[in-house]
Amino acid sequence: MSEETKKVKRVLSKSRIETNRREFIRSAVLTAGVVTFSLAGLLPVVQGSSARLRPPGALKTVFEEQEFFAACIKCGQCVQVCPVNAIKLAELDEGVGIGIPYIDAREQACDFSCDGLQCVLACPTGALTHELNYPADTRMGFARLDQPKTCLAVQGRGFKGQVRGPDYKGLLRYDEIDRWNPIAVADHPYDLELCDLCVRQCPIEIRITQCVEKDRQREEAKREGTLARVAEQHGNECPPKHAIELQPIESADGITRMLPVVLDGCVGCGVCEMICPVEAAPAIVVDIDKTTNWG
Amino acid sequence: MLNYIKESFSQVFGNPPTRPQKGQQSEELLAIYQAKRGALSKADLEAAHLEHHGTFFRKWQRRRWITLILVNVLFLVSYKFDVQLLEGAMTASRFVGFHFADLNSALQVMLAYKHVVLNLVIGTTTVFVMWLLLGGRTFCSWACPYHLLSEWAEYLHLWLVDKKVIRNHTFHRKTRSVFYVIFALLAIVTGYTVFETISPTGILSRAIIYGPGVALIWVGVLLLFEVFYSRRAWCRYVCPIGVTYAAVGTLSPLRVVYNAEACHHEGDCRKVCLVPHVLDLTIRGRAHDIDQDVSADCTRCGMCVDVCPTDSLNYRFKGLDKFL
Repeated sequence: MSEETKKVKRVLSKSRIETNRREFIRSAVLTAGVVTFSLAGLLPVVQGSSARLRPPGALKTVFEEQEFFAACIKCGQCVQVCPVNAIKLAELDEGVGIGIPYIDAREQACDFSCDGLQCVLACPTGALTHELNYPADTRMGFARLDQPKTCLAVQGRGFKGQVRGPDYKGLLRYDEIDRWNPIAVADHPYDLELCDLCVRQCPIEIRITQCVEKDRQREEAKREGTLARVAEQHGNECPPKHAIELQPIESADGITRMLPVVLDGCVGCGVCEMICPVEAAPAIVVDIDKTTNWG
Repeated sequence: MLNYIKESFSQVFGNPPTRPQKGQQSEELLAIYQAKRGALSKADLEAAHLEHHGTFFRKWQRRRWITLILVNVLFLVSYKFDVQLLEGAMTASRFVGFHFADLNSALQVMLAYKHVVLNLVIGTTTVFVMWLLLGGRTFCSWACPYHLLSEWAEYLHLWLVDKKVIRNHTFHRKTRSVFYVIFALLAIVTGYTVFETISPTGILSRAIIYGPGVALIWVGVLLLFEVFYSRRAWCRYVCPIGVTYAAVGTLSPLRVVYNAEACHHEGDCRKVCLVPHVLDLTIRGRAHDIDQDVSADCTRCGMCVDVCPTDSLNYRFKGLDKFL
């Protein structure tokens, strides 16, 4: 009797061992599978294909991308505060970059129309560093005249009509139209004798012009002794360096033409790339290549 | 208290619940077990069981689903209509201006970044206190968007099992602990929040708020795996978020408490439970006390409270029941 019980027990325990063995193998396979899949997420960063234009404060150089990736908690609060909806969250094909904010400048660049770097303020983890206060402090990338041949200014041509066509959804803030709300670029046609859109719409250049104008007003008020109310201006709010300008060049046919030249003050916001009216491919682009001179 | 914490961690780690030693159970408890022996016939149990299974929607389940959907919709509404009540996503947000950070996401970021910003400390502390009061893994069943989809997938899975089309495959419960360690190490070593890449909680939350993307395919794969191969596999055997919140739950006063007195030991509660090992104490002879708290691996979903025909399982906020 007792022998029989033992036998039954042993048979049972054998099947139990088999069940456990199978469960163990299944568990090991599951672990290996899920971990492998999650590690595949590292491929885009290893290959370096994850480099993209990031919101202000994300990185000073492309080499800091790893820190930015590590710190980002993928909540999208930066997306939510951007008044021009410039920020998007990356997809699974970006691997570990999933849920991390980027900017597609051609589609919608950051024009700093929030003034105070709202995305930086919204970031809960410091992935967008709080060390910057003003647009001119950022360095998202660096603009480059990619196709001088197609540039309208280089060709001596003007621009008339809607930049990027009637269906373009991009927004920009035009201070003279609405100080607070960005409007559709399509609702703001231009009529320019010589195309200077990349200079004209550069947020850094716009800010410098405003600062110069304020200085002039203040001087005038001082001279006339009137109490003209000129808002007090903080020095560091005004960009210290120019970002882009048109410089005359001698072209092949002997005529002097204008060439957009990117200067040290460029923060890489991408507005020039966005606003460039050359449809096929923008003449000017912002890149964050490792070859960029980060100054 | 210390015992509860120890037992909870042991169960979260993957050990089976400890059985009461001989002589550990009180005379009263043993008397209760003795009195119930043969008191109810199979037919009686069947009747009690049937009486209780009339409705598909149950009280706590209904409340929970509504809460879960409201929380996730509030994120969406806050963004789409600029209400600014709950900005961000499940991983980190601002609730009427206060920083909130999901504990596991915050942990991953801290391990990968090795640098902690004050805002993250504030957000993590706030959320820690909140879930401490609400029960830890309450996050899983009352807020996590994947949990709801997985729960629906589970109905399909159970139906298919019932129809004998498929059978369930279990994994070792310690697998989840292995994953927890692996993902923590991966964050430290690689410097990337590797788990976040595949976390269906984050993916779904962002998909709800910012629109769907290809990452939903991964969520779909997980759901299919759960429907056809292994019941609730992600939550049971993989997800480190559950482990993090279970750790918070060990200190939480909000628990499900089991009373052995009226229990029929028929096991309906264990059949609906996401983490049935926590309910092993409802098996005849397994309880340590007449009243015993269910361990912190419990998600406080209330399914057992709903299905128990004898009211033997109930929510309790320790210390508060004296006032209520």
